[in-house]
Amino acid sequence: MTKRRSPWLRLTALLIYGFLYAPILVLIIFAFNASRTNIIFKGVIAEQGPYRLEQDVVQSAPCGPFHWFCQLPNNRELVNAARNTLVIAFTSTLAATIIGTMAALALQRYHFPLKTFSEVSLYIPIVIPEIVMGISVLTLFSAVFSYLNTALPAASRLSLGLGTVIVSHIAFSVPFVALVVRARLHGFDRSVEEAAMDLGANEWITFWRVTLPLIAPGVLSGALLAFTLSLDDFIITFFTTGPGATTLPIYVYGLLRRITTPELNALSTLWILIVFTALSVSQLLQRRSA
Amino acid sequence: MKTDALRRWLRIWGTREAYQGLLLVAPTLLWMTALLIIPLLLTVVISFGGRDANGDVVYGFSLANYLRLLDPLYVGILWRSVVLAFQTTVLVILVAFPIAYFVARAPAGRRNAYLFLILVPLWTNFVIRIYAWIMILRTQGVLNGVLGWAAGLIGLPFQPLDLYPSPGAVLVGMLYEFLPFMILPIFTSLEKIDESLFEAAADLGANAVRTFLRVTLPLALPGMVAGTILVFVPVMGSFIVSDILGGRNVVLVGNLIQRQFLDARDPAFGSAASIILMAMTLVVTIIYTRRFGFGEEIVRA
Repeated sequence: MTKRRSPWLRLTALLIYGFLYAPILVLIIFAFNASRTNIIFKGVIAEQGPYRLEQDVVQSAPCGPFHWFCQLPNNRELVNAARNTLVIAFTSTLAATIIGTMAALALQRYHFPLKTFSEVSLYIPIVIPEIVMGISVLTLFSAVFSYLNTALPAASRLSLGLGTVIVSHIAFSVPFVALVVRARLHGFDRSVEEAAMDLGANEWITFWRVTLPLIAPGVLSGALLAFTLSLDDFIITFFTTGPGATTLPIYVYGLLRRITTPELNALSTLWILIVFTALSVSQLLQRRSA
Repeated sequence: MKTDALRRWLRIWGTREAYQGLLLVAPTLLWMTALLIIPLLLTVVISFGGRDANGDVVYGFSLANYLRLLDPLYVGILWRSVVLAFQTTVLVILVAFPIAYFVARAPAGRRNAYLFLILVPLWTNFVIRIYAWIMILRTQGVLNGVLGWAAGLIGLPFQPLDLYPSPGAVLVGMLYEFLPFMILPIFTSLEKIDESLFEAAADLGANAVRTFLRVTLPLALPGMVAGTILVFVPVMGSFIVSDILGGRNVVLVGNLIQRQFLDARDPAFGSAASIILMAMTLVVTIIYTRRFGFGEEIVRA
């Protein structure tokens, strides 16, 4: 539907786009703030030189305007949180992609008992409020751990940590991977597989040499979706994380209750940039393979 | 019918296909059962239990936790959550509609770019987006700065507004958080409208307002229904936006549940509150989808 648009509609649209982007712009601009308290913008750090602070305003720094970005690697808590976030995202994505792809193949191509049950169970995470999922998983972990820990020696007691977060992230990622891969399998021409079989390939070789390469774009976009969901997750992580397993969103949430410096803005800016680049690349990949 | 299903079931069992299919779906079933279904059932069980002096769960059967939710304090919290979810949904529809309409009526070549622009803010982590709103809304923040500067230009006296933390800030945060979830389904509905319908309406003498009310709005309804579910359910269960932007005064069901599990250490009561929350969102979803149908809009979004 294309038709003339009134100037009022254009203006309203412009305002709404402004509303969507203003917070992001503010975040990025304040990442260059010379003021350490970061409440009022006191200009950028113009001078490059030894670190000098006057009345909470940075006068000069070795990195110049990028001072707060240069500070990030020195913050050990933050580096740990970033590492945890990546470990969790990579591990859970790998597992969820394999499990979800298998489920997609089964649901799209096979008739088997419990099929309806499997399909319904994949929709649970979509209709249940996330907080309820979070507290339920927490309840399960604490019940299982308190039961097992009575039998285990003190040194090997189980507790919440990276493992519980990873396992939970797999749980909410699998349905999305399965959904995306299934969509790809939907328009799949099975005659190429039959041709491979006719030429003497067994099922296993057919899968690796024919099926998988053909559904690879679907698997890849499912994996990317799982990866971003995991990177971005707050609520499930909040309830399943333990000491030493802080992720970036949890770390930032903790900072919000304290005094924040432009370092947090620098972190946010970097984060936005990375996610933006990753998703633009995935869009391009998808478009090229479509 | 029953025997047919049974026969089919028996025929499937034991075949090579069934065996392969089950093998492929086994890890998913394991994960969904162990980390979704069992935990949810456990939550139901615990909601009928209680707690001991250490805050550990005591299993049992009593309705005490549910009766406790009837206390005016908790009824108030539940009511406030419903009201806020309702307000957010209405506000989100009002803001989402014009932009969805704008994108749907844009030249086909530009639509994807416009949509992409709507999605970008969604990709920034939502804790970061809340932080951005703190920077904008606080007393010495960006908004008061801009307003003060504007007032100075025209020579008006300016007193910084007390915007954060406040219930209004929560509403703005929610609007920002969930806007894209309404824009996308409404856009999907609007995009499908056949251009000739507008021409027909014009030919039959309808003016712009009448065309909008009788053609555009009814056809956008499926999108609004899908969007409402995508917005209402998460708002009902949210606790971070209210926690940070609302200060101590805005307590929603989400905050209540979170506190029972992490501060107050009464998981049984928290579980009961979760069950009620889940029941409320399910009822809303079911009534809504029964009344309006469950379109492809929700799937696409």
